[in-house]
This record gives sequence, C-alpha cells and structure tokens, in this order.
Amino acid sequence: MADITLQLFALQLMTGIALGAVYALLAIGLSLIFGMLTVVNFAHGAFFMVGAFFGVYAIGLTGSFWFSLVLVPLATGALGLLCERFLVRPLYGRGIDYPLLLTFGLSYVLVELMRFIFGIEGVPTSTPAELKGSVNLGFGHFPLYRLFLIAATAVIVLGLWLFIEKTRYGLIIRAGSRDPEIVKVLGIDISKIWLLVFGIGTAIAGLSGLLAAPTRAVNPEMGIPILAESFVVTVVGGMGSLPGAVIAGLLVGIVFAMTSLLAPEYAEMSIFVLMAVVLLIRPQGFFGKAGLMS
Amino acid sequence: MKQLLNISIDRIRQHRVAATLAFLMVFPFLMPYETLAINILIFGLYAVGFNLLFGYTGMLSFGHAAFLGVGSYLAGIAVVHAGWPWWAAIAAGVASSCVAGLVIGYLAIRTRGIYFSMVTLALAQIVYYGFYKAERWTGGENGLRGVRVEAISLPGISIDFLNPLNKYYVILVFVALALWFVSRVLDSPFGAVIEAIRENEKRAVACGYNVARSKLLVFVLSAGICGLAGALRALHLSIVPIDSLHYLQSGQAVMMCLLGGMGTFLGPFVGAAVFLYLEDTVTNVTRYWMGVVGIVFMVFVLFFPKGIWGTALGWVAHWQRKVTRHGEPS
Repeated sequence: MADITLQLFALQLMTGIALGAVYALLAIGLSLIFGMLTVVNFAHGAFFMVGAFFGVYAIGLTGSFWFSLVLVPLATGALGLLCERFLVRPLYGRGIDYPLLLTFGLSYVLVELMRFIFGIEGVPTSTPAELKGSVNLGFGHFPLYRLFLIAATAVIVLGLWLFIEKTRYGLIIRAGSRDPEIVKVLGIDISKIWLLVFGIGTAIAGLSGLLAAPTRAVNPEMGIPILAESFVVTVVGGMGSLPGAVIAGLLVGIVFAMTSLLAPEYAEMSIFVLMAVVLLIRPQGFFGKAGLMS
Repeated sequence: MKQLLNISIDRIRQHRVAATLAFLMVFPFLMPYETLAINILIFGLYAVGFNLLFGYTGMLSFGHAAFLGVGSYLAGIAVVHAGWPWWAAIAAGVASSCVAGLVIGYLAIRTRGIYFSMVTLALAQIVYYGFYKAERWTGGENGLRGVRVEAISLPGISIDFLNPLNKYYVILVFVALALWFVSRVLDSPFGAVIEAIRENEKRAVACGYNVARSKLLVFVLSAGICGLAGALRALHLSIVPIDSLHYLQSGQAVMMCLLGGMGTFLGPFVGAAVFLYLEDTVTNVTRYWMGVVGIVFMVFVLFFPKGIWGTALGWVAHWQRKVTRHGEPS
C-alpha cells in the first residue's frame, strides 16, 4: 500500500506541474498586460478559449500540430492587437475600472462568436499523434503529452525572459512598466509598445489554450473557470511579477492535483482557499510590491 | 410652465423613494406580462445593492452573485428542509448573506482597485463550488427544488402568492423597505463618508475616518440587500438554480448597474429593466443574446459611461440650470 501511494503521489505531482504550467502561462500573459498597461484583462479566459478553438480548427485545416503551434498565437495575438487598438485604447486615462469593464464585455462577445462559428456543443480534441502514449519516468508511466506541455511552457517562459531581459524591445517594456512618462520623454512611442504587449499577452493566452486543449473539454464556456483560476495565480504570485506567476502557477497546479488525489470533492475549492490564506498572511502575494495593494 | 416643471423636478428629487414607488405601483401594467415585472423588481433590487458598493463607494466587486445565491439558497433551505414560514425564510436569507458579506468582505477589503475585483470574483467561486458540492442540502447541479410558498399569511389576512400580480405587490413591499433604507443610508453622514472614500481614499483617511470599517460595513449592507433580492427570488421561482451563484450572475449586476447609471439612485433599476426587457425581446429573435448584450455593454463603456439614467439626469440638470439662469434672477 505504502509504495503504491508514493508512486501515485509522484505521478500526481507531475500532473499538477503540467496543470500548473498552463496556469503559469495564463498568469504571465495577465501580469505582462497589467504590468505595462495597468489593465486587468477580463477577456483573458476568452482568449484562452479562442486559442483552443483556433487550435482545433488549424490542426484540422493544416493537419499539423506543429504548424498550428505557430499559427494560433499569431491569430489570437492579431485579434488582441485589434481589440487593444480599437476598444481598449480609447479608455486610457479614464480610470482603471473602464478597461476592465470593457474587456468583460469583450469576453461575452468572444464566447458568442465561437458559439456562432463552432456551435454551442464544443468540439472534440485529440492528442497529436506524435505525442501519444506514455513514458516511464522510473516511478510510473506518465502521458507524453503532459511532459511536452511542461517542456513547451519552460521554452516559452525562457524565450519570454530572454526577450524582456536581453533585447532592445524588452528594455523599453521594462522601462515602460516602471515609468511610462520618462519613456515618452525619451522619444519612444509608448502606445506602440502597449499595443505590442497586449498582443503578446493575448498570443500567450491563445497558445496556452491550444496547448491545454487536448487535456480538457473544448467548449465556448471553458474560459470562465480558467479566468477565475488565473486570477488566483496572479494574486498568489503577486501582480506584475513574472517569477511570481511561474511559481504561483506551479504551486496552484500542484495544490489542485494533490487535493484531487486526497480529497477529490474539495479539489476545485482548494486553490481558492490557498488564495484566501495568502491574502491573510501576505496580501501583496509572494513577489508583489506592497505598494500596489495598499 | 417651465418654472412649474423646474420646481416639480426638484420636488421629485427630494422624494426619490416615494417617486420611485409611485412608478413601481403602476409598473406591472406597462410590461407585457407580470413575471417580467417581478423579475425586474428583484434584479433591480440586486443591482441597487451592488450599486451601493460600486457606484457610491467605488469598489467594483465581481462576486456579488455569492450574496444573491446565498440569500436564495438559505431562504430555500429554510423552507424546504426546515419547514420555516415565508417571513423566517426571508430573514434567514438576508442574515446569511450578511454573514457571507462579512467573511468575504473581511478578506477582500485588504486589497484595493482591480485586485478587489479579482479577489471578490475568486472568493465567490468558493461559494459556488461549496453549494455545488453540498448536494444533500442544495440539490447540486439541479438546483434546490420545491421552495413552495402558496400563500402569504399575516395575522388576519392571507394573500394568494400564486397570483402573479399579488406576488408583485408583496415583493414590492420588501423592495420599498430596502429602497427607503438605502436612501436613508446615502443621506446619512455614513453615506457622505463612503462617497468620500470613492472620491479620494487617502484624503478620507487623512480626515480621520476609519476607512476599513466603513468599507466593511458598506460591503455587508450591499451583501444584505443582494441577499434580500435572492431570498425574494427563491420564493418567486420556487426553485433555486445553481446559476444564481455563477460568475455570469455577478457580471449581470455590473452590466445592469453600468447600463442604468452607476452612482445614481434609480439607475440600477433602469438598468435592470432595460437589460431584462432586452433579453426578453432579443431571445425571441436570436439565440445569440450574450453577444448582443456584450456589444451593447461595450458601447456604453466606450461612449455612455454614465448609463441611461445618469445621462438623462445630466440633461435634466443642464436644462434646469438654463431655466434658472434665464427665468429669474437667483
């Protein structure tokens, strides 16, 4: 009994990490947009859902999962660019609640749009053929696709980190999230940077939707619970912090997976309880700046 | 003539509760059917409760479905499982949503601004899952059925609660009490404090007000009013759907409040009426109601952030200024 439990425990830990990888990606997108534009994207879950649908459609169209991996973030990112340019931009300077409210309305429209195109039932998904099966990790067999999910997230996070820390554009983004006024004074068109950041954020949301699609049901409402869960990750990790988003994402995934093993009926609730505890002990989250919250 | 109109507008403004009630007395005869009027009454109250927090205190909660749902469920459980009379069920609904407001509010007011929205959303999600899983008490996914109240019995008389028009006026009594209460709160010194918090929180602190306590109190009051709306809804529908606790239900309060006009007394009611009337007509034409309401909402956020009632009040105030300027030297 004891060794079986240990094995199950290790496997469930891996499942938690794979789930947490998706949370981390979502929270990174949210954090990036917030850190730069001080906009909470309430349509983030909807972009995740759109990414999943686009993914299913792109795989059907091109027959290649790898090709879709490039196509889907481009498509959702382009959609994000349009939304920022024509819907969110007119609201800058009108108070922090208005962009939030607008993206909330936008999420309704995106959900309905997918219902209109793909029907209300949702679409079936399957694991790409190259990533089917499982691998022996020494303590048990683990689905290959979930390992790929973890690896893909690591690559995306690393790439994003390099982009922000090592490139010219990343420098502008970092400067812009610290003091947009100074960046403007230095002669940089900050609105273009904001546009780009919103596009990157939504592209990552779409990509995480595509990556998560084979592990969950794809339907127009799938973005709603994931939005609440990615808020939990952001609050736990601290808003505007990329390492916070990754660590909190993994933690939330592991907490969820472990409670589903030990007390399945409390699985959904557990992560929200985690958030409540973090709020009581450290309201600004693990890596958050105290000033943001109080 | 203009002067007379001007003066009567001022009078109406002074007696906003009475004016609202006079309108609500004839309201069911203006609607295509009574059930729609009842729905508007209940959701109007829900939006008024939400507005107390969002419109007047400036705290945008995305978790108010928790209070509507807790009020509904506890009133329903009181009737179905405990066999309590209707008035005790309503009291149970209001009391329990106040308690829920106290707990959620205590956690949520530790954060501000957009964090507050995210945290209230997440905490309301705990309530949703909690009631979803407690199937023995709440009926789980199917909702709580059999909240049957056939007659409202008072000492001396018994009112047939199955007749929709009777039901409307019974519910209106509670709505009237709640509106009077909200109006009273807003006119009190406490009402001035919460508006001060909305305008400038730091200054309110500097003036020596206990901002945290005021925020918690207004959160609980808002939760209680939404709970009353929920309890009335349980008696009206005779079932409590699990959707009452859903995130989209929280969003509905936000939409109704903004559509009508946040921070105005009657705006949320107007918003609820327009929202539900639109829903009723649009769903007859197309099943893509969510998309329509999403677009309407975005248009309001972009171009009419004051909402229908707020914009109308702005026009009236403008007209009044013009009349007093040209009419008499004052």
